[in-house]
Amino acid sequence: MTTPILEIRNLHARIEEREILKGVNLTIPAGQVHAIMGRNGSGKSTLSYVLAGKEDYEITEGEILLNGENILEMDPAERAVAGIFLAFQYPIEIPGVATMTFLKAAMNAQRKARGESELSTPDFMRAVKEAGAQLNIDSDMLKRPLNVGFSGGEKKRAEILQMALLKPALCVLDETDSGLDIDALQVVSKGVNALRDANRSMLVITHYQRLLNHIVPDVVHVFSDGRIVESGDKDLALQLEAKGYADFDATAA
Amino acid sequence: MADYDIPTLKEEIDRETVESVLALDVDKYKYGFETDIESDMAPKGLSEDTVRFISAKKNEPQWMLDWRLEAYRRFLTMTEPTWAKVHYPQIDLQDMYYYAAPKSSPAPKSLDEVDPALIAMYDKLGVPLKEREILAGVERPKVAVDAVMDSVSVVTTFREELAKVGIIFCSISEAIREYPELVQKYLASVVPVSDNYYATLNSAVFTDGSFVYIPKGVRCPMELSTYFRINEKKTGQFERTLIIAEADSYVSYLEGCTAPMRDEAQLHAAVVELVALDNAEIKYSTVQNWYPGDKDGKGGIYNFVTKRGDCRGVNSKISWTQVETGSAITWKYPSCILRGDGSRGEFYSIAISNGYQQVDSGTKMLHLGKNTSSRIIAKGIAAGFSDNTYRGQVSAHAKAKNARNFTQCDSLLIGDKCGAHTVPYIESRNGTAVFEHEATTSKISDDQMFYCQQRGLSEEDAVALIVNGFVRDVLQHLPMEFMVETQKLISISLEGSVG
Repeated sequence: MTTPILEIRNLHARIEEREILKGVNLTIPAGQVHAIMGRNGSGKSTLSYVLAGKEDYEITEGEILLNGENILEMDPAERAVAGIFLAFQYPIEIPGVATMTFLKAAMNAQRKARGESELSTPDFMRAVKEAGAQLNIDSDMLKRPLNVGFSGGEKKRAEILQMALLKPALCVLDETDSGLDIDALQVVSKGVNALRDANRSMLVITHYQRLLNHIVPDVVHVFSDGRIVESGDKDLALQLEAKGYADFDATAA
Repeated sequence: MADYDIPTLKEEIDRETVESVLALDVDKYKYGFETDIESDMAPKGLSEDTVRFISAKKNEPQWMLDWRLEAYRRFLTMTEPTWAKVHYPQIDLQDMYYYAAPKSSPAPKSLDEVDPALIAMYDKLGVPLKEREILAGVERPKVAVDAVMDSVSVVTTFREELAKVGIIFCSISEAIREYPELVQKYLASVVPVSDNYYATLNSAVFTDGSFVYIPKGVRCPMELSTYFRINEKKTGQFERTLIIAEADSYVSYLEGCTAPMRDEAQLHAAVVELVALDNAEIKYSTVQNWYPGDKDGKGGIYNFVTKRGDCRGVNSKISWTQVETGSAITWKYPSCILRGDGSRGEFYSIAISNGYQQVDSGTKMLHLGKNTSSRIIAKGIAAGFSDNTYRGQVSAHAKAKNARNFTQCDSLLIGDKCGAHTVPYIESRNGTAVFEHEATTSKISDDQMFYCQQRGLSEEDAVALIVNGFVRDVLQHLPMEFMVETQKLISISLEGSVG
């Protein structure tokens, strides 16, 4: 397996007239977890939206390869089917749609798009039960409308539950630690770690080192002003935590 | 499974909705076929002769003809109402047929005598007419059906079984001949002949419809259902339905409507009257899917309907549930007169408009008796270039002590070319009444769409899922058989509303 799961080459993206990504290069081989750290406004979240295909952004240069295939022409649903999963920083409420219903709709939509048969109800229940147990998600929560009235912790656990069920090739976690207390952080991290797999890659976006104590990355990248300015092992995160981003801004300039 | 329930049937259905959307053809209105059946028609236009012609065709007694003629004369003095938020060209009542009957069926005694082409048409509509087959099968619940095409009732199923418990379920034409005392006692007792322009027109020229009588203390053992179909060109359909629930009885009644696709608009002006006596309950559900017109707003059914229920007895209850997806124009306010002390009225509505459809619909809850209560939940969904108005009236009479109403109107907009409006009229003439009104308007947000698509749902699946969530608390009030159909309809009606 020499083809990396994700390869981003010289990616430039803008929203309206403002350029936000200014030449991102990033390669994540299968099985690796990469972290991107950067201050607010550095373009981290934009990178996650651009990967998932959100329409608001215009790609002006570069390419994104998933398993060697360029995905820039794909719409968000096609990218999801191809294996990109984005765990949202602020998961969206879907009133009136039970979480269980949503999970089933999503799983079957992806299966259908891949030409697979639909899950039987017992198979679906089994899968939800297994994945839910890991994340302390009970049947009561699954009956509630998705994300409506969920606590911060519940929202993030529901995101990881979807990730576990949809089995993506690339997991993009956008500020998954925001709004979590330490207990919730542990549950969520445990759920994420359980999904680490030789055939799956992860991109963990955060601006606190704290999360990386729980989800230990193979590579840490520092993001500043729309591009990666420094890469290193997990100790780079500790350095950042100690010194702040100022040094790296200087490097970038 | 210890701590996990099997997903409810409703959730199953949610999934099926999404599947059915995917499986659908591009052809949006799947009931748009025309059945080639020879038909016997009245001369074109509205006149006293037309009224006499209809009455004669139906072999009506003199009193009925007199009643119709009086209505006709009254109609001549009336003018079309213009207060609704709908716009359409003047309807030429003289350029229309008021009676069309499939030629082969003066009065079929059994299904064997019904034109096979007709049976095939209803099969195509998914209406279960063949009661023997249904009786033999175990897979679906029994539903007694009265099928009405153009101006006549084609067939009514399960009559014998219902007759055993004293229930009368037949066409209104037959009821006029066979049960004149009941008809004379109750007809127009809820919607007076001169109630409004369309109701008066209906009184003069109504051609058929269903009649239901539930005797004292009887709980109707199956769902009763009528399917209305306009087949002929340039034909108005004026049906009349009368349901009487004697003391301590219960009935659930379903109504479905479809029509072929035609360039010119067709008029549908029905009157439905419900009477609930002491402790009786009537549940009336409609899935209205008349042809809505083409994508440019050409053709379609003008649906001008008067539906009203009278909770005449103490502690009686009438519940209207409607799903409005079709028609070019909908003008419809199923209402409850809460006359009996302790009576209760309910109105649950889903009104979906797309293309150039115009909907002006809602309800009236008139509290006359003591301790009466009512509940209104209306969900309007507007897409395309459509206009969707909820118009509702809640009033408490001076004697309606402790009247209670709760109203919730939610509108959902899809796109930015459509409109949603809420027009509530609330009147209370006594200090003990408590009326609550809540209204919201929302849009399907880009964020919701992106979120759903990020999970692999196509745009149309995402809209169907979000809309089904939006209407969920109304859907729950529909009988199970209609719930499945409705979820499919919602998806079909909103096809092409995004992107």
